[in-house]
Amino acid sequence: MDTYSLLREIADSWVLLAMFVFFLGVVAWAFRPGSRKVHDDTANIPFRHDDKPAGDRDVPGRSARKELRQ
Amino acid sequence: MWDYLKLAIYGLIAVLAAIAASYARDIAYQVHAILVVLIAAGLFVFSLRNVGERKVVETGYMDGPVRVGVALTAFWGAVGFLVGTFIAFQLAFPNLNFGWAEGYLNFGRLRPLHTSAVIFAFGGTALITSSMYVVQRTSGARLWGGNLAWFVFWGYQIVILLAATGYLLGATQSKEYAEPEWYTDLWLTIVWVAYLLMYMGTLMKRKEPHIYVANWFYLSFIITIAMLHVVNNLAIPVSIFGSKSVQLFAGVQDAMTQWWYGHNAVGFFLTAGFLGMMYYFVPKQAERPVFSYKLSIIHFWALIFLYIWAGPHHLHYTALPDWAGTLGMVFSVILWMPSWGGMINGLMTLSGAWDKLRTDPVIRMMVVSIGFYGMSTFEGPMMSIRAVNSLSHYTDWTIGHVHSGALGWNGMITFGMLYFLVPKLWNRAGLYSLKLVSWHFWLATIGIVLYAASMWVTGIMEGLMWREVDAQGFLVNSFADTVAAKFPMYVVRGMGGVLFLSGALIMCYNLWMTVKRSPAAETANDAQTAPAE
Repeated sequence: MDTYSLLREIADSWVLLAMFVFFLGVVAWAFRPGSRKVHDDTANIPFRHDDKPAGDRDVPGRSARKELRQ
Repeated sequence: MWDYLKLAIYGLIAVLAAIAASYARDIAYQVHAILVVLIAAGLFVFSLRNVGERKVVETGYMDGPVRVGVALTAFWGAVGFLVGTFIAFQLAFPNLNFGWAEGYLNFGRLRPLHTSAVIFAFGGTALITSSMYVVQRTSGARLWGGNLAWFVFWGYQIVILLAATGYLLGATQSKEYAEPEWYTDLWLTIVWVAYLLMYMGTLMKRKEPHIYVANWFYLSFIITIAMLHVVNNLAIPVSIFGSKSVQLFAGVQDAMTQWWYGHNAVGFFLTAGFLGMMYYFVPKQAERPVFSYKLSIIHFWALIFLYIWAGPHHLHYTALPDWAGTLGMVFSVILWMPSWGGMINGLMTLSGAWDKLRTDPVIRMMVVSIGFYGMSTFEGPMMSIRAVNSLSHYTDWTIGHVHSGALGWNGMITFGMLYFLVPKLWNRAGLYSLKLVSWHFWLATIGIVLYAASMWVTGIMEGLMWREVDAQGFLVNSFADTVAAKFPMYVVRGMGGVLFLSGALIMCYNLWMTVKRSPAAETANDAQTAPAE
C-alpha cells in the first residue's frame, strides 16, 4: 500500500475516532459535577486586576472569590 | 554587553541590506532592502544614544505597545477602508485606473493592498494590541519578556510595510491573503514565534488559577496562524537577491494548500482571534460575566475541531477530488452550530442588561457585530453547499459575504474594542462624545447594508446570467454583458464604502479628542469599587 493510502486509511478511521472521543471528553469534562463553581469564578476573571497585576501576597483564586462576595 | 551586541546586530543588518540593495534584481527587492537599511540604521542610532542607560525595573502592566497599537489600528482601518472604497469605484468607473499610474495604482495592484491593509494591518494590529491588553488583565501579570512585546509589535508593522510596498511594486506570490514574498514570510515567522513566546510566557506566570476563555481563542489564533503560514509559504527563492520565489507545491495540491490556509485564515485570524476580543470586551462593556462559561468551552473546542476541515469548499467543481469537496462542505455545514452557539453566548451576555442597548452606543456596536457574526456564519455554510456554490462561486455574492463578515463582525467588534480601550489607556473618564459614536454606528451599519445588499443582487444576477442557455444550448450572455448589468450595483457598493469610511474617520476624530479633551478619570481605586454608570 502506498504512503498516501495508508495515511488516509489511518486518518479516516482511528484518528477520526480518537479526535471525536477527545471532543466528547471535553464536553463531558465541561459538564462534570462541581464545575459550576470553577466556571463562575473563571468567568469573573475580567473583573479583577483591572489596573495593576495581582500582588505576590494574593492567594490565587481564593482572595478574588472573596472580593466578589463583597 | 547586550547593548553592544544589539549595536553589532543592527550594524550588520544595515550593511548586509545595503549590499543586497546594490545587487538587487528587481525594484521591489531594492526598495525593501533600502527600507531595511533605513530601519536598521535608525535602530542603530537609537540604541547608540541609549547605551549605558540605567535600566529601570518596571512594574505594573505594560501598556506602551497597546497605546501605540490602538492608534495604529484606527489609522490602518482608515487607510484600508479608503483603498477599498477607491477600488470599488475603480470597478464601477474603470477610468479611475489612471494611465499615468499604470502598473502601480491599478486595480490589480491595489486590491491585495486593500485586503492586506484591512485583514493584516487593521485586523492584525487590533488582534496583537488587544491580546496584549487582555492577556495581562486576565492573568494578573505583566507581559513576559520585557521589550519582546515591542519587538513583536514593531516587527509586525515592518511586515505590513514590506507587504504593502511590495504589492505596489509587483512583488507577490499570487496566493490570496498570502501574497508577500519569501523574505517577508521569513520575517513574519520570526515575529510570530516571538509573539507566541511572549503570550505563553505571560500565561505561564499568571496569578489566576485558570486561563480565561479569551486567551484560549487568542492562543489558538497564534498557534494555528503559525502552522498555516509556514506550510502555505513553502517556496524556494529564484535568487537570494530577488523577490521572486517558486512554490514547492504544484497544481491541485497547491490549490488545496492555499485554501486550507485561506479558509483557516478566516477561521483562526478573523474568527478565533476576534472571538477572543468578544469574550473579553463584551463582558467588560456590559459589566457582567459571559452568559455561559460552559458554552464558551464547547464553542472553543467545536470551532477548533471543525474549522480546519472546511477549506475544500473553495474548490468545488475543480480538479480537487469530489470526496475532499464533500468533506469540506459537510464540515462547513456542521460549523454553523458552534458558530451560533458562540453568537448566542455573546448576545445573551447582555441578558438582564438589554437597556444598555438604548443608552450605550458602544455596546450597540458590539451587539451588531455579534449579529453579523451570526449572519455570515449562516451564509457561509449555505454557500459552501455544492449546489449553492455552483451559483455563487466566482460571483460578487462571495465578495458580499466576505464583507458582511469583515465589516460587520471584525470591523464593528474592533471599533467597540477601540472605544472601550482608549479611555482606559489614557485614563479618561469617558469618551469625548457618545453622539459621535452613534453617528459612527449608523453610518457603518447603513454602509454595510448597502454593500451586502448590492452584492447579493449583483452576485445572484451574475450567476444566473452566466448559466443561462437558449433552446439550442448556447450561452445567452457574454461576460461583458454581466459587467455592464452590474454597474448600478457597483455604484451602490461604492456608496456603502463611503459611508463606512466616513464612520471610521468620525471614530478617529472622536478617539483623538478623547485623548486630548476628555476629563481625567478618578483615581484607579475609586473606579474599581464603584462601577461606572
